[in-house]
Amino acid sequence: MSELKINDFVIRFANVNGTGSASANALFTKAIFKMGVPATPKNIFPSNIQGLPTWYEVRISEKGYLGRREGIDFIVSVNPQSMARDVKSVRKGGYFLYDSTKPLYPDLIRDDINYIGIPLMQLSNENYTDPRQRQLFKNIIYVGALAALFEIEFEVLESLLAVQFKGKEKLIEPNIKALKLGVDYVRENFEYPLELRVERRDLIGDRIMMDGNSACALGAIYGGATVAAWYPITPSTSVVDAFTKYAQKLRACSEGGKWNVAIVQAEDELAAIGMVIGANWNGARSFTATSGPGLSLMNEFLGLAYFAEIPCVLIDVQRTGPSTGMPTRTQQSDILEAAYAAHGDTKHVLLFPAGPRECFEMTAAAFDLAERLQTPVIVMTDLDLGMNEHITMPLKWDDNRRYDRGKVMSREQLETATARWGRYLDVDGDGIPYRTIPATHPTKGGFVTRGSSRDEYAAYTEDSAAYQRNMERLLKKFETAETLVPEPEITIVEGGSKIGAIYFGTSRYAAEEAAEMLAAEGVKLDTICVKAFPFGKSFRDFVDSHEKIFVIEQNRDAQFKSLMTIELGTDPGKLVSVLNYDGMPITADFIYKEIKSGQ
Amino acid sequence: MSYVRSKFRHPHLPKNDLGYTVDYYEGSLSTLCAGCGHDSISAAVAQACFELNIEPHKVAKMSGIGCSSKTPAYFLEHSHGFNSVHGRMPSVATGANLANRDLIYLGVSGDGDTASIGMGQFVHVIRRNLNMLYIVMNNGCYGLTKGQDSATADAGSINKSGHINPFESIDLASLAIELGATFVAQSFSGDKDQLVPLIKVAMAHRGFAFLNVVSPCVTFNNNVGSTKSYDYVRNHMEMTSTMDFVPISREITADYAEGSAQLVTMHDGSQICLRKLDHDWDPLNRISAINAVQIARSKGEVLTGLLYMEAASPDLHDYLKTCDAPLNSLTEKELCPGSAMLDEICNGLR
Ligand SMILES: Cc1ncc(C[n+]2csc(CCOP(=O)(O)OP(=O)(O)O)c2C)c(N)n1
Ligand code: SF4
Ligand SMILES: [Mg+2]
Repeated sequence: MSELKINDFVIRFANVNGTGSASANALFTKAIFKMGVPATPKNIFPSNIQGLPTWYEVRISEKGYLGRREGIDFIVSVNPQSMARDVKSVRKGGYFLYDSTKPLYPDLIRDDINYIGIPLMQLSNENYTDPRQRQLFKNIIYVGALAALFEIEFEVLESLLAVQFKGKEKLIEPNIKALKLGVDYVRENFEYPLELRVERRDLIGDRIMMDGNSACALGAIYGGATVAAWYPITPSTSVVDAFTKYAQKLRACSEGGKWNVAIVQAEDELAAIGMVIGANWNGARSFTATSGPGLSLMNEFLGLAYFAEIPCVLIDVQRTGPSTGMPTRTQQSDILEAAYAAHGDTKHVLLFPAGPRECFEMTAAAFDLAERLQTPVIVMTDLDLGMNEHITMPLKWDDNRRYDRGKVMSREQLETATARWGRYLDVDGDGIPYRTIPATHPTKGGFVTRGSSRDEYAAYTEDSAAYQRNMERLLKKFETAETLVPEPEITIVEGGSKIGAIYFGTSRYAAEEAAEMLAAEGVKLDTICVKAFPFGKSFRDFVDSHEKIFVIEQNRDAQFKSLMTIELGTDPGKLVSVLNYDGMPITADFIYKEIKSGQ
Repeated sequence: MSYVRSKFRHPHLPKNDLGYTVDYYEGSLSTLCAGCGHDSISAAVAQACFELNIEPHKVAKMSGIGCSSKTPAYFLEHSHGFNSVHGRMPSVATGANLANRDLIYLGVSGDGDTASIGMGQFVHVIRRNLNMLYIVMNNGCYGLTKGQDSATADAGSINKSGHINPFESIDLASLAIELGATFVAQSFSGDKDQLVPLIKVAMAHRGFAFLNVVSPCVTFNNNVGSTKSYDYVRNHMEMTSTMDFVPISREITADYAEGSAQLVTMHDGSQICLRKLDHDWDPLNRISAINAVQIARSKGEVLTGLLYMEAASPDLHDYLKTCDAPLNSLTEKELCPGSAMLDEICNGLR
């Protein structure tokens, strides 16, 4: 037996899509989390409903690293289709757990790894009669086996099942029986526990485990969204699914059976964003959620919203593109498209949440920002953040917080205004004009909103000077946006460094871990985690004060780096790209190697 | 440059119940070609709103892109308007309507805007029975881009440049009836007497009201050989009926005893008094309505007047069970569940 690895290993489950493995695997992760130990799961799933291989990878990290790590210590391989690949993926000295009901093919035998054969199917068939149960409990049996091998507390599993089957108590007993079958088989046949072990700690505190899409949905509920329009697309679908679920709990209105919300499945993404624009124009907070192909379809409308100055919120859960790309894999590859979505001179406000808590906060904040700035705000998450569970700080809401509805003329203001109101007049010098909501006043404040050029009083005009004045005001408004969007998080090492690293969104955990790995070897690195576009002063200062900057992003074309050079005129010579674009969440090892060799 | 209509009016113009004269319902001066059918429809809309005693600010004017879609600037100047993007007015109207169910939504579109680029949204807004009036100013061509044939140009129709359209046309009224539109009517921009009452009834209808108005483009499609020219339509119009709209607040005083009159009660108790003009057709029966339209079409006629209506039907708000108060009137108090609830949710995630 090799050296003990307590609370520090990676386990991967290789399953067949649609066989009920997801809840068994989640039970495993949750048990570790409940034992106070950080565990980060990643789903690696196919674009398929049933039958194709799917993987679920959990990193357990005493040090609290939440990014992916390379190298698999243990694999549960219960999918014959992927076994050959799975065997190869285990690191030397690692473990391969398989269903030994049938013998392993000789070509799957490696002499540098350990095999744990458990007759999962046989045990399940002997103990359950219903075919569906036989299928499901095979998965629970291996969770039981893992509990024995890693010393996961059995009571923790029991209490999780009690919560999961609240109201369906009949199901608890057969599940516990399945867990015990696994435990007993290990105890009777193998040396246990392994050197890979889970030990109770108190490293979680009051943190929660949540996926980013649910957090965005809850942010939309708390942010006061009343109209959601969408078209199904992975990986954003679960944003609206979760919004619907939360709305059913939190948005019932006092008249029985009615709702303080309207959720419409549109005929396509064009219609979805059109509805969102119509609702926001009429004074309701409204959002849509989509992914790359949907964002492409929404381009024309985003141009209209930018130019006609209509607030709207769009959640872009990015996936691997272009086209359908790898629809169930992650990427940060819509950066440039989102920043400049639409024809003509357009720029959009982007927010980059790095975890579920930020998904919640930034989605809620996006409604304030969109209304304050009267422009689209795009929340840029990705599949990794949206569809995987992450350990995150608990969500917080200040009950004194009031929605910022921006500059909206009330009936009284229209009534008593002495100066002539102009829809596109820059009264305050910040580029943001005052808007009116239809039906506010019987005779004042009405106008035609249009995507064609108009003067300060919303009258149609093709006068070049008026057009140009308006475009310049829009630019000024974008400068105002810099001061309103969330600030980046900057970490300067002791004494400062000439080398910096820029990252955003889900690259964060891996980047921070890589910085620690580098620091341990004496490589000093200042870092900045960017939260928003447009870039503000602190970002520019960071860029200006470093000689060499690594820009870490998850796309092929260095889109964020391009954005920097376009917007700030940064010398591309001092920017070094660290690019991960294989569809898998970026790892610390990768970033570490790239920076180490490139510094 | 913006065009402002002269405010000089005859001092004794009649006033409606709200005390407004009809010019209060007009908009800025039209920039369309002189004689364009669309301007007549704008005038009919203003007249209908005047007669219905509508407060203009309670109307939201929605449109796409085209000469037709420009018209919301030319009527109801006190209303908000939204000249959106080509073919997508229905979605914008849907969002607006969801935000505030209390306004009257008047959508204006063209045949290009609806039957080509906007066909998808047109079809789906009908399915949702959105509570709105959707007017297509149908000239069989793309006016604003200089006269190309549209999908409603009849096969064999000749446009100004002499081109004969080889393709079968899309009949929007039949399509709307088939898709479940709950009010479908057809008219002609040159027939104000028919158009005004139709607009009134359509605005009073709760649910999706579709009005296909043949509206000649004098510049590109009013020539001999065009089936959307003034002359052609005048000679081929076949009226289904004439009608009067009787709001709930009014008693029926006219004498409709001739036997041909049919009273149809609307969702709010208002009534339509319909006088059928010798047609074997039942406006409350979808199949009968489709037959009537198709038979007329096969004879090269344009059937005008009310074609089909379903007096009471659930609209999108009913389907979605939205609250009675407009969604845009709700505040933090109704919308934000507060910190205690958030703590409870977080507890469930530990
Ligand atoms: C996406 C897009 N494509 C093309 C156009 C150009 N365009 C403007 S109006 C129009 C046709 C309008 O035809 P119709 O709706 O029949 O209106 P009309 O001018 O005949 O009243 C077209 C193609 C556009 N504005 N947007
Ligand atoms: S081009 Fe045709 S549709 Fe357009 S304004 Fe002129 S007449 Fe009307
Ligand atoms: Mg047309």
